[in-house]
Amino acid sequence: MGVDLTRKGSRKLGESLIGTALFACAAFSTLVTVGVVVVLARESVAFFSEVSIVDFLTGTRWEPMFQEQHFGILPLVSGSLLVAGGAGLIALPIGILSAIFLSEYAGARLQAVLKPLLEILAGVPTVVYGYFALTFITPLLRLVFPGTDIFNAAAASIVVGLMIIPTVSSLSEDALRAVPRSLREAAYGLGATKLEVSTRVVVPAALSGIIASFILAISRAVGETMAVTIAAGNLPNLTLNPLESIQTMTAFIVQASMGDTPQGTLAYRTLFAVGMTLFLMTLGMNIVSQWVMARFREEYQ
Amino acid sequence: MTTIYDIEVGEEGPALETRDLSVFYGETMAVDHVSFRVPERSVVALIGPSGCGKSTLLRCFNRMNDLVRGARVEGAVEFHGQDLYAPTIDPVEVRRHIGMVFQKPNPFPKSIYDNVAFGPRINNFRGDEDALVEASLRRAALWDEVRDRLEESAYSLSGGQQQRLCIARTLAVTPEVLLMDEPASALDPIATQRIEELIYELKKDYTIVIVTHNMQQAARISDYTAFLYMGKLIEYGPTDSIFTNPREERTEAYVTGRFG
Repeated sequence: MGVDLTRKGSRKLGESLIGTALFACAAFSTLVTVGVVVVLARESVAFFSEVSIVDFLTGTRWEPMFQEQHFGILPLVSGSLLVAGGAGLIALPIGILSAIFLSEYAGARLQAVLKPLLEILAGVPTVVYGYFALTFITPLLRLVFPGTDIFNAAAASIVVGLMIIPTVSSLSEDALRAVPRSLREAAYGLGATKLEVSTRVVVPAALSGIIASFILAISRAVGETMAVTIAAGNLPNLTLNPLESIQTMTAFIVQASMGDTPQGTLAYRTLFAVGMTLFLMTLGMNIVSQWVMARFREEYQ
Repeated sequence: MTTIYDIEVGEEGPALETRDLSVFYGETMAVDHVSFRVPERSVVALIGPSGCGKSTLLRCFNRMNDLVRGARVEGAVEFHGQDLYAPTIDPVEVRRHIGMVFQKPNPFPKSIYDNVAFGPRINNFRGDEDALVEASLRRAALWDEVRDRLEESAYSLSGGQQQRLCIARTLAVTPEVLLMDEPASALDPIATQRIEELIYELKKDYTIVIVTHNMQQAARISDYTAFLYMGKLIEYGPTDSIFTNPREERTEAYVTGRFG
């Protein structure tokens, strides 16, 4: 009796239907992204037909709502970078040290408790962080530095820093864990202590993964909206002093899109110009981190 | 039954000795009451089928088993009469005197030079680092191949070269004993031959304990051979006797290829 090895029509049809459905899902998110970029770009182009791009990028005054309008985005960019930079100062050391602890030092039981606890930090709604900053951290800051503004960049930096610790620690921990056991054994075999194994072998071998986690965390900090809108104030301010009120790009977008801005006006279009700037900044950082991650695969065999 | 031959250890006593050594992983007994002595400046081969405990036994000599969760050691392991598992002993110090070469070449993702200099640097070596690196690479018979590319990544080397680099890296810490865990099993025959020649050279100055799956290799390079089976030491004696005239039936069966 022969065995039937011919292709069954129904199976072929089923396979191709499933393939199409999966493709549609994948295409959907891509299309949404393309749509967002197109809208951003169209309104931004309209904006830059009225405001010179040089003034936009180099101007030091951001006063789009005033009678005499100024569209220099530097105060907003500096506000965002001040918050992100401060957040980085908190999150990077704490994140990488927790990652080293979790991956190299903690026993299985401690890990099972600590890791989920750390990740809860990422699950707290950002609006809660905002009020935490305003009602808890700012009063503390004002105790230490009496001249601190009620709304200030420092409080926002601190909570955004707390918020992005899990991003740094989980991605760095993954990178540290991916370092082969054989490298650790080689170092131990040469008489290295645990600290030397961690700092001289494991961390350098995982360095690009760690850097990628830094970049992703900073890009999250730049894009963070709710906490900075609540805690950092809404005063465009080109300053490096974290105790002053500032406005970030994201906080401006919240402020401007709250309803007072008539559609089609120049003030309305500033939203998109700022949105585009923000998008390009975080996109740039994500691309850099992708590139760093891709390099990371080649670092050890 | 166990047969241990009389082994000449000289006046200074053996370099390494185990007495009633047992190793457990959790409830599993991997090494079962093993007692034997390794004379100084000799090559001892540990042979036996997979899972017989030979690697575990090897890793007792530099306390690498400490890194395995749930591993427990009973009995004594002595290095020149000093119990390596005494509570006052620092495993980090042990490993600085008893070096190890692993089954697969495992150079660090650093330059050739930095790989060799790693051990001296963590040991606060205060001398001519360049000279030490060169001497170590020469001893590992690698210097001529890498002298012009010391700053290149260790991964630019072939597998056999990488393994000799790992040997150089171990030698740079100036250990007395070299433990080798199937150092040639991941290499091609020509690279294997170079490693074997190297071991032959090194035994003039070092005590070497080597785990191998390759019976011809054990016969070629070792002075003494220990045959382990299911965690027990079955027979230990001069390599010639073990291979040509074993006293235990299981040893004979294994070395003639009837099982394993």
